[in-house]
Amino acid sequence: MSLDRIKIGFIPLVDAAVPIVAADLGFAAAEGIEIELHREISWSNIRDRLTLGQFDAAHLLAPLAVATSLGLNSVKTPLAVPIALNLNGNAITLAPHFHDELMARLAPREDRADPRATGAALKRLVEDRRANGEEPPVLGMTFPFSTHNYQLRLWIAAAGLNPDEDVRLAVVPPPYMVDALENAHVDGFCVGAPWNSVAVELGLGRILHLGVELLSSCPEKVLAVRRKWLDERSDVAERLIRALAAAGKWMELPGNRAEASDLLGASGRLDVAPSIIRRALDGRLPTGAGDELRNDGRYLVFARDGAMRPDERHARWLYAEMARWGQTKGGPEEEALAASVYRADVFDAALGISAPSVADPIGSKLG
Amino acid sequence: MPDRPKTPDRPLKIALVEESPVRAAILEEGLREAGHATILRIPDRANLLERIYAIDPDVILIGLANPSRDVLEQMFQMSRSVRRPVGMFVDQSDSSSIEAAIDAGVSAYVVDGLRKERVKPILDTMVSRFNAFSRLKAELDQAKSQLEERKLVDRAKGILMRQKGIGEEQAYALLRTVAMNEKKKIAEIAQAVVTAAELLK
Repeated sequence: MSLDRIKIGFIPLVDAAVPIVAADLGFAAAEGIEIELHREISWSNIRDRLTLGQFDAAHLLAPLAVATSLGLNSVKTPLAVPIALNLNGNAITLAPHFHDELMARLAPREDRADPRATGAALKRLVEDRRANGEEPPVLGMTFPFSTHNYQLRLWIAAAGLNPDEDVRLAVVPPPYMVDALENAHVDGFCVGAPWNSVAVELGLGRILHLGVELLSSCPEKVLAVRRKWLDERSDVAERLIRALAAAGKWMELPGNRAEASDLLGASGRLDVAPSIIRRALDGRLPTGAGDELRNDGRYLVFARDGAMRPDERHARWLYAEMARWGQTKGGPEEEALAASVYRADVFDAALGISAPSVADPIGSKLG
Repeated sequence: MPDRPKTPDRPLKIALVEESPVRAAILEEGLREAGHATILRIPDRANLLERIYAIDPDVILIGLANPSRDVLEQMFQMSRSVRRPVGMFVDQSDSSSIEAAIDAGVSAYVVDGLRKERVKPILDTMVSRFNAFSRLKAELDQAKSQLEERKLVDRAKGILMRQKGIGEEQAYALLRTVAMNEKKKIAEIAQAVVTAAELLK
C-alpha cells in the first residue's frame, strides 16, 4: 500500500521536534503516512505557503494560526489546530552590557529569577536612560502574532511600563536573532530554543528568564492545517494526529534525548550542535552569567499532562492578548471564532480519549 | 459642458527590498521599462522599518522567501500616522496570477486604497523578471560547471600523457573510449584518473 504524502513546513527550532521525529523515526509510516518536511526561514512565508496550499500542514506560532483564521494582517483563511506541538520553550536573553546595566538596578537580595524583581529593575533602567536623554532599549521578538511578543509585553507591562512607548519591540526571524544581538540591532530578545543557548555559547548573550518563569503553561507552536483540508482529508488528518502524538510521547522519555538532539541538530533540520539542543530538552540551561544554571523541568513541554490537546482556553487567552495589545478591535463573535480554531474534538476522536481537565491553563506568575 | 480632463495617475513610489545586486538591477530595469521611474532599493536588513518609513512608498516589492517579510508584517499594526501597507497584495479573483507569483517567488505590499489595476502590471513585470533571473542563474551555473569539467579533463589528459608517453589527442581518445564503454561522462572518467593519480603519488 502506498503511503499518503503530507507536506509540512517548519522553522528551525527545537519545538519542531514532534513532526521531525514523526517523519524520521517511523511514527508517520506506522500510520500509513509519509511526511515531507520543508525547512522555512520566516513565519510570513510558512503561513503563506500553508494558506495558498503549497503545504498541507505547518509548524506554526499558536497566535498566528488564530490571527490568520481571523484575517488579521493576512488573507483570511480559516485554519484549524487539531494538535498542539508543545508548551513553553522560550527565554529572554540580553546582551552582556545590557544584562549588567539591568542587574546593577536589581534590589539587593532580590531573586533574579523573579520577573517582578527584574521588571522593577527594567523600570529603573528605562527611567534612568530617559533622564540621561538616552534611547530606550530595543528588544527583539519573532513576529507580531507570537507568544514572544506577548511574553515581553506582559513582563514590561507588569513592571508599570508601556510596551509601545517605553521600549522598542522589533521583529527579527528566529534564525537571525543571534546576528541581531551581535550587530547591536537589539539589546536583547525573546525567542525559542535553541537560539538563546546559541547566544550564550557564543558569549553574545545571557539568559535573563526562562519563559516558564513568566507563564507556567504558555501555548507555543501548533500544527496548523487549512480547515478545508481537515474536512476533506479527515482520515489522513486523524492518522497524522496519532503519529504526532506518538512522536510527542517519544520526545518525553529522558532516555531518548541524546538521539533526539542528534536528529534535530542535523544539517537539514536545525543545523546546531546537539549539545546545545540537549540543554533545552533537559531544561538545564547555563545562563552565561558566571556559572549560573537555570533548571526547570517544564522549560519545554511536549506531551506531558495532556499538553498536546488543543485546549480552546489557550485560543481564547491568545485572542485576549491580541485584543489587549490593539492587534484587533474584536468582540465576542470574533472571540468565538478564535476559540473554534482549536479542535480538541478532532484530537479526542483521533486518539479515542478525553484528556484530563487542567484547572489553570496558563498559570501566570506576573500577578 | 465638456468632461473635465482626467487627472493622470500620480507616479508610484516603489521600494525594492533585494539583497542581490544583480537581481536588483534586472528588476529595476524591468520596472523602468514599464514606465516606473521612482524605485528605491533597500539592499540589507539593517533598520528596515526606518528606511521604509523614510521612503514612504506606495508599493513594496520583496522576494517571497526573504525573511525581512516578517519585519514588514510589524508595520501593519504600528500606531504611527504615516501611510502604511495593509498587507500582501493578492488578486484573489485571479488564481493563475497568484500561482505565477508564488512559483516565481515574488510578493508585493501595497498601501491602502491603491487600485488593483495599478499593482497588477507591476507584479507581472516582477514575475517575468524574477523568472528571467532564475534562468540566467541556471545558465551561469551550467557554464561554470562546464568550465570546471573542461579543467578536469585537461588535468586527466596531462596525467595520461605523462604516464603513458602519448600525445594529447590520443589521451583524449582514451578518455572518450573508456567513457563510452562504461556508459559514463568523460568528466567522470577524468575525475577517476585525477583521483587515482593523487592516490598513487
